[in-house]
Amino acid sequence: MSTVTSDKSKLYYPKMPATWWLTRRAYFLFMLRELSSVFIAIFLVVFLIEIYQLSRGPAAYAAFVQRLASPGWIIFHVVALLFALYHSFTWFSLTSKVQVVRVGRRQVPPPLVTAANLAVWIVLSIVILLVFLFAQRPA
Amino acid sequence: MNEPTVTLKVTRYRPERDSAPSAQAYTIPYRQDWVVLDALNYIKDMIDGTLTYRWSCRMGVCGSCGMMVNGVPKLTCAAFLRDYYPAEITVAPLANFPVVRDLVIDITDFMQKLRSVKPWIIRETEKPVSEGEYLQTPEELEAYKQFSMCINCMLCYAACPVYGLEPTFLGPAAVALGYRYNLDSRDQGREVRQPILASHEGIWECTFVSECTVVCPKDVDPAAAIQRTKVNTTLDWFKSVLLPWGAR
Repeated sequence: MSTVTSDKSKLYYPKMPATWWLTRRAYFLFMLRELSSVFIAIFLVVFLIEIYQLSRGPAAYAAFVQRLASPGWIIFHVVALLFALYHSFTWFSLTSKVQVVRVGRRQVPPPLVTAANLAVWIVLSIVILLVFLFAQRPA
Repeated sequence: MNEPTVTLKVTRYRPERDSAPSAQAYTIPYRQDWVVLDALNYIKDMIDGTLTYRWSCRMGVCGSCGMMVNGVPKLTCAAFLRDYYPAEITVAPLANFPVVRDLVIDITDFMQKLRSVKPWIIRETEKPVSEGEYLQTPEELEAYKQFSMCINCMLCYAACPVYGLEPTFLGPAAVALGYRYNLDSRDQGREVRQPILASHEGIWECTFVSECTVVCPKDVDPAAAIQRTKVNTTLDWFKSVLLPWGAR
């Protein structure tokens, strides 16, 4: 096999525009998935500060929670939750590409792998939610 | 009776006179059973013999007629005019590659990357022909068959924004073909390919956009090949750290 080499000096090198991620829906959704990590990172930093405030005692913690009750922080948390859900959903949707599950000699159909992952995620989320709701009730 | 017509806006680049590509519109008869490649052939035969593009088999096997049709990487032999008609159709050279002329791209980079993953069966020691073939069960064939369907059309490179932004990226097809030989029961070359596949410019450059898989005309699923190579490489690392020397 031989490769024909062209005259490099006459090649035209196209440049990707900065708005490349707006040219196709799939690229835009990909960039949203990437952007979601920023919101999740900010949420985690706030969460770590919250744990730190908890270690400083009930008064400090109550004051911090009070600050989080402002409309700005509530809007941020709603947006962060939506991004977290979107990121998780796209993550589990892609698992069948990575995981090849075999039962005996046969490969489990990829959509079934995705569905199983999503189902486990939803069930575990509900269990954790119930644990928190139950734990909050006064004895 | 007026014949129906369709207009193609085709990217032209003539390096001897143009400093940058521009679009040229051609209005041609519309035929329901024509593909974009038929339309280009009509233009070249009947209107403008200087239009330059690659094609060969006309049946989705040779992988040479890939172009951007309305901004999406397509084999033009499989892109029917009726799926776009009556709207105007834009035809441009595959994105992310240097343009040689009109719709012809420079494939040197891809050919070098393809060769770098050694997409052939590597044996530690070749057995003589007199000992016969390397036998394979249907299950062993099935393990890699999907990834062996690649026709090197480079649509996946044109769909990959990572390759567009980081031209050093090994790219979807090259990884898929390296992975294909790693999966082959007759092959013993994984260790030889690993330094290329598992390098920073290899699998780790991929951010899992997945458009390579979407545009692949042969359902090769390069995105899956890349992610599975990431998992296997990570498992290698864990084994090297956790297991005692003898078990590695």
